[in-house]
Amino acid sequence: MAAISREEVAHLAHLARLAVTEQELDTFAGQLDVILQAVARVGEVAAEDILPTSHAVPLTNVLRDDVVRPGLPREQVLAGAPDAAQGRFRVPRILDEEA
Amino acid sequence: MTDLTRLTAAELGRRVGAGEVSAEEVTRAHLDRIAAVDPRVHAFLHVDAEGALAAARAVDARRAAGGALGPLAGVPVAVKDVLVTCGSPTTCGSKILEGWVPPYDATIVERLRAAGLVMLGKTNMDEFAMGSSTEYSAYGPSCNPWDLGRIPGGSGGGSAAAVAAYEAPLAIGTDTGGSIRQPGAVTGTVGAKPTYGGTSRYGLVAFSSSLDTPGPCARTVLDAALLHAVIAGHDPRDSTSIPAPVPDVVGAARRGAGGDLAGVRLGLVTELGGDGAEPGVAAAVREALEALAKLGADVVEVSCPHFEYALPAYYLIAPSECSSNLARFDGVRYGLRTGDDGTRSLEEVMSLTREAGFGPEVKRRIILGTYALSAGYYDAYYGQAQKVRTLITRDFAAAFESVDVLVSPTTPFVAFPFGSRTSDPYQMYLADLFTIPSNLYGGPAISVPCGLSEGLPVGLQVMAPTMADDRMYQVGAALESVVGTLTPPAL
Repeated sequence: MAAISREEVAHLAHLARLAVTEQELDTFAGQLDVILQAVARVGEVAAEDILPTSHAVPLTNVLRDDVVRPGLPREQVLAGAPDAAQGRFRVPRILDEEA
Repeated sequence: MTDLTRLTAAELGRRVGAGEVSAEEVTRAHLDRIAAVDPRVHAFLHVDAEGALAAARAVDARRAAGGALGPLAGVPVAVKDVLVTCGSPTTCGSKILEGWVPPYDATIVERLRAAGLVMLGKTNMDEFAMGSSTEYSAYGPSCNPWDLGRIPGGSGGGSAAAVAAYEAPLAIGTDTGGSIRQPGAVTGTVGAKPTYGGTSRYGLVAFSSSLDTPGPCARTVLDAALLHAVIAGHDPRDSTSIPAPVPDVVGAARRGAGGDLAGVRLGLVTELGGDGAEPGVAAAVREALEALAKLGADVVEVSCPHFEYALPAYYLIAPSECSSNLARFDGVRYGLRTGDDGTRSLEEVMSLTREAGFGPEVKRRIILGTYALSAGYYDAYYGQAQKVRTLITRDFAAAFESVDVLVSPTTPFVAFPFGSRTSDPYQMYLADLFTIPSNLYGGPAISVPCGLSEGLPVGLQVMAPTMADDRMYQVGAALESVVGTLTPPAL
């Protein structure tokens, strides 16, 4: 049985904000199925009582002193933006007009 | 006249410091070499000749004024295009960042500049460091100087190819699952992944934050150690940076070059090798271990039973982190925006931008990571992979109770021809089979040339305990004292 269906891939692509094509869906579904069957091998390891490792460095709560530091000038930050207006990033409308 | 491009970084630094050659001459020699061979090798995505010459002249001026110079002042370096460089394009090998010019420097880049190294430009890579061949670069692959029809490894194939083709004596790479070491192995160069947290990630465009580690590429172990010493050390701007002194990697490389490994215990990992490696690779590694034993090393076999699950665990953890990290490429703050014609919503524009800007491997990994992190699958995939990571770390800890370093082939196979692994992504993933365990554990590992198989380079991997980076340089330099450096055919 396939580990992942074409429909699931389409749903995941939507969640990840990827407007994938029909052809990509065909290709990715097959490839991801192969990959998932291979990586599912992690399930063979008995690890009920094992704590997960999220990070290799045993550091926690790394904080800096609460001191104001200069940031980048606004015009430099906006210089790389696809669109900017009035000193801000400009984006397409987020809310419908009637909302 | 000496061909300056053939000298080691250590020698170039010495000559510049002694006033025997100017940094400008050294830089020009490398820019000329790039102009001559890079149309065929395609190691670089961007060459900054003007910036490099200005930096070189600044080093010469400092010397003329009697200022102190570090050991690598005036030495050229190439930088993987995943580290941000103020005023110089940074693409990560992706169309989504085409034309973007960062407003700040990565910490690593700042340290290179401060030490007087001369940045020649940015090197090619698989898109967002996902790949083992540079075939996933949106700007076309780099070629292996040993055989231009074969891959130079990846993701940092551009950095390794630049060093192997004498376009730069040094380069910076980043290693998430082997992206410094595997290119080093297949191009006959040295590539080192420092201890995770030993080199700063500030300004490194994130792929898998719990694994990404910048490190040096060079033609000799000493050169790699010298570059390591420049870039390593605590950075308060990276919260996972280790606040501890950098191990004496340069001293260790010099010690190792003396060729005495008396009392050093090497553990050949049973699970990394055997049937997993090509016969020619296994043979070259066996000969290298015999050579190391003659230098006094005690070579034993060590079993790390969970290493066989490292590749599956990695290909759940890395895509999961990637799916989260790459959410920042949304067409709002930098790079590409597609489909914003005034009729589409923000969400539609984001989806079209990401569809147009990302290549197939990045999309596959984003989808895979989204799957592994989604409700219902999280425990079976991502959660279980993190537990396997714990068990792999325990395997390392147990092994290091009886040996000083672990050794294995760096890669299962030598450089493969273009196109031979792109149709089946999992076949490409197998290139990382032997390099991934050290990433999951966080310890340092180096690839050092150990011979040829069918005329192509083979690398020996030396893995050390966390913050014992000096050990891998010592063993690597000892191997180099026997094997020597490998010289590719003339381009």
